[in-house]
Amino acid sequence: MTPFLQIENLSAVIRGTSDRLLRSVSLEVNSGEVCGLVGESGAGKSMIGKAVLGILPAAVEIAEGQVQLDDEDLLAMPQADRRRLIGAKAALIPQDPLTALNPSRRIGPQITDRLIDILGWTRRDAANRAAELLDEVHIDNPQRVLASYPHELSGGMRQRVLIASAFAANPKLVIADEPTTALDVTVQKQILRLIREMQERHGTAMLFVTHDLGVVSKVCQRLTVLFAGKVIEQADVADFYAGPRHGYSKALLAATPKFTEPFTSLMPVDRAVITAVTAEIEAADGAWHHG
Amino acid sequence: MMAITLFGAAVIVFVVIRIVPGNPIAMMLPPGATDEDIARLTAHYGLDKSIPEQFVVWLTGVLQGDFGTSISLRQPVMPLVLGRLPATLELSIFALVLAVIIGGAMALTGTRFRGGRTEAVIDVANGAGLSIPDFLWALVLILTLGVLYPVFHISGRISPSLDLPFTTQFYAFESILRLRFDLWWDLLKHMFMPALALAIPLAAIIGQLLKQSLKETMHLDYVVLARTKGYGENHVILFEALRNAVLPTLTLIGVQFTFLIGGTVIIERLFSYEGLGNMAIDAVINRDLPLIQGIVLVFALLFTVVNLVVDLTYALLNPRLRHA
Repeated sequence: MTPFLQIENLSAVIRGTSDRLLRSVSLEVNSGEVCGLVGESGAGKSMIGKAVLGILPAAVEIAEGQVQLDDEDLLAMPQADRRRLIGAKAALIPQDPLTALNPSRRIGPQITDRLIDILGWTRRDAANRAAELLDEVHIDNPQRVLASYPHELSGGMRQRVLIASAFAANPKLVIADEPTTALDVTVQKQILRLIREMQERHGTAMLFVTHDLGVVSKVCQRLTVLFAGKVIEQADVADFYAGPRHGYSKALLAATPKFTEPFTSLMPVDRAVITAVTAEIEAADGAWHHG
Repeated sequence: MMAITLFGAAVIVFVVIRIVPGNPIAMMLPPGATDEDIARLTAHYGLDKSIPEQFVVWLTGVLQGDFGTSISLRQPVMPLVLGRLPATLELSIFALVLAVIIGGAMALTGTRFRGGRTEAVIDVANGAGLSIPDFLWALVLILTLGVLYPVFHISGRISPSLDLPFTTQFYAFESILRLRFDLWWDLLKHMFMPALALAIPLAAIIGQLLKQSLKETMHLDYVVLARTKGYGENHVILFEALRNAVLPTLTLIGVQFTFLIGGTVIIERLFSYEGLGNMAIDAVINRDLPLIQGIVLVFALLFTVVNLVVDLTYALLNPRLRHA
């Protein structure tokens, strides 16, 4: 069986230049599997999700590569078809719940709009589904929340709403872009558990973007480590935590704070390791020619 | 709050028009009048008293609904002003509607095709609209659509040859209610050019500011999220971005609309449109103190009402303010 999402040799550049933000990334996510995408800020992990969903900033363009979603080549499709395909089969759980809901629209329509406008559901079916979803994400009194405006809900509530909205159309792929980074530590844990629960219930493939290796171990089955837009290592989570192969991965894992040892000081990734991995990437870049 | 604003406006106008040179009595009497005649008439209109005394007399009258008598027209001020107000209101509101339509269309088109040639053309048009004042646009319009290609009427409010069945002074509004679209069309042909001249600078401001806030809104997370749901550019602009982006523009429209009403003074003069602004200029030329005061008070009232309406609309569009 081919993977549900298959990214092959994807490179993205700053428009009009040959400065690569993504360097020949290959990555696959199978149905029902949660795949972690880890890296420091600026490593390009969110960029991959954006490239798949077709929401790259205007200043970034894809220079080469293929993105296959459910055996369809996304980059080769007309834009409007691609948008509809993504709307029907994929969804995004965004990073910041405080800015990801439209402040002037009620919650209900923000969940049901995709079902009605893109997938052609009736209003009644969509409304029922929205209430059912809010129930699934453990929101009491769904009817009241559906009629609320975003500013009337807390950050954790809004993230629950966004998770519900992401799973509304029974997507085959959900991209979670640092879904807990903007949240309170106590809420983070609940939200992580909820995402995992929803993913298992719906059997969704998931690309889980995060900078937190601690989170990956709880949620993902496989992971990809990214540095400067380049894939450094791909492994099963169990194997990775038993012993990462690449020097950078080792340093990254060592730098993850351990809650079992709260009094040890935090350790940054060693400079020598950064220098080594940068040299490795530059060597590979020398062989790359744009177009 | 409104009462304080109006009182302040009344005081300032009252004092200023009495300090500046010019004597209404001298304007109304023939050159051969004796000093005694002048003194008698001055006393008749109460202008021999001190300014504070005059103000108290005037204010007492106003509070009882008596705004005094026009010196040049020899009629009570309020009926004169109220008779002209509807003409100015219709003109201003029509101009506002034109400005919103033109400015809104430019902002939406510019956002839709941002970064391209279309946006550049719109920016240039906005620049021209902003930097040329309304009375120059009026002259340009008179020359082009009035004289060279006479599509519209350049003078008056309605063709004098028509029989008017109206009972109110809101001609354009009433002609629609009476289904007299022939009259409405005639009114429109008179009103279009002055309204457009007033609308162009405001349209440019709306176009520029709304485009700017739309473009900023287009980068926000909820707009990006809507794209992943399968929505295209047009839907995202109209249904996700517009309502939030329109708020700063709305505040600005409130402020600018009062400028537009102020602009009717010159524009009505240029088009010989029988409105309040045209009457204001005559009143100033004749140093008709009671009439000037009455007109200014009505303009001030209009400004405060406009601001009130803007505040209410703002609360309606922004759910975060509704419960505050």
